Amino acid sequence: MSEEPAPPDAGAASRRAVVRQGVWVAVATSLYGVSFGALSVAGGLTVTQTCALSLLLFSGGSQFALVGILGGGGTVGAAVAAASLLGVRNALYGLQLVPTMQPTGWRRAAIAQLTIDESTAVAVSQAAPPLRRLGFWVTGLGVYLGWNLMTFLGALAGDALGDPKRFGLDAAASAAFVALLWPRLRARQPVAIAVVGAVVTTALIPVIPQGLPVLAAAFVGALVALWWPDRWQDAGRVDG
Amino acid sequence: MSGWIAVLTASLISFALKLAGYTVPPARLEHPRVLRVTEVLPAALLASLVVLQTFSTGTHLVLDARAAGLGVAVMALLLRAPFIVVVIVAAATAAGLRALGWG
Repeated sequence: MSEEPAPPDAGAASRRAVVRQGVWVAVATSLYGVSFGALSVAGGLTVTQTCALSLLLFSGGSQFALVGILGGGGTVGAAVAAASLLGVRNALYGLQLVPTMQPTGWRRAAIAQLTIDESTAVAVSQAAPPLRRLGFWVTGLGVYLGWNLMTFLGALAGDALGDPKRFGLDAAASAAFVALLWPRLRARQPVAIAVVGAVVTTALIPVIPQGLPVLAAAFVGALVALWWPDRWQDAGRVDG
Repeated sequence: MSGWIAVLTASLISFALKLAGYTVPPARLEHPRVLRVTEVLPAALLASLVVLQTFSTGTHLVLDARAAGLGVAVMALLLRAPFIVVVIVAAATAAGLRALGWG
């Protein structure tokens, strides 16, 4: 409304910049769809089930958690619960995107399915609403296509490789989780909560059934977050 | 069969959560206590999954080639390596150590 009417060239240039950003994010994210596909098959899911996960669940962290827990011998309930808890953040992304995307009808379902870390990050980092929408669609659709294609290729490769341990695929899963965790460790609170989560898990692995230590870590992490003193809230924060 | 139950249930819940962001009245989700917990939940879960995936076999704590893989992954992250590189060097480390007969 109060925006200066930009010259048409500047508009086209900024649209190109958004598309470029979205495409790069999509390419980078899609690449690790290969590791998901291979790990999922190594964890005991079939190629079809693995592809169904990427098509239907479509949220990297949740997918890695689901196949990690199932592969480690955890129950279906524990695996589904951990994957779902990791997906709660997508609801908050939707909340942030409502004013930008203003979804109605069938678009609401499509937009919801594409609401993940990457599409949200690219969308909210643009200045004007049309650029935000462009960023969301380019990144969301780009990641969706790339992630599913690479999942399929990874699943076929994992199937062909045979014994996953020989190729270090179990260590690849550890690395995937630590790489997903890494960008979150930029403030004091998430670091403290990650440490608590790790300690709780280590203590409980020999004591309670498989899959449950993850849920216990989430529960204790939530308690720490609720009791975290307000005056510590922003201390040590590197960015917003 | 249990694989399909896990895949479909988790997918359904995931979609419901995504849709909730666009349909649930904002006041419910923007409650400060809800925000506090949901912001940090991934850190607790992912840290737990790192430990589980690296240091456990069933209900036993173990130290094997995966730990070395994790160490190399952290070094790669410190060097700002991209995700796929982090995963590959960790796998290569563990595979290499096993080929040499350890872990």
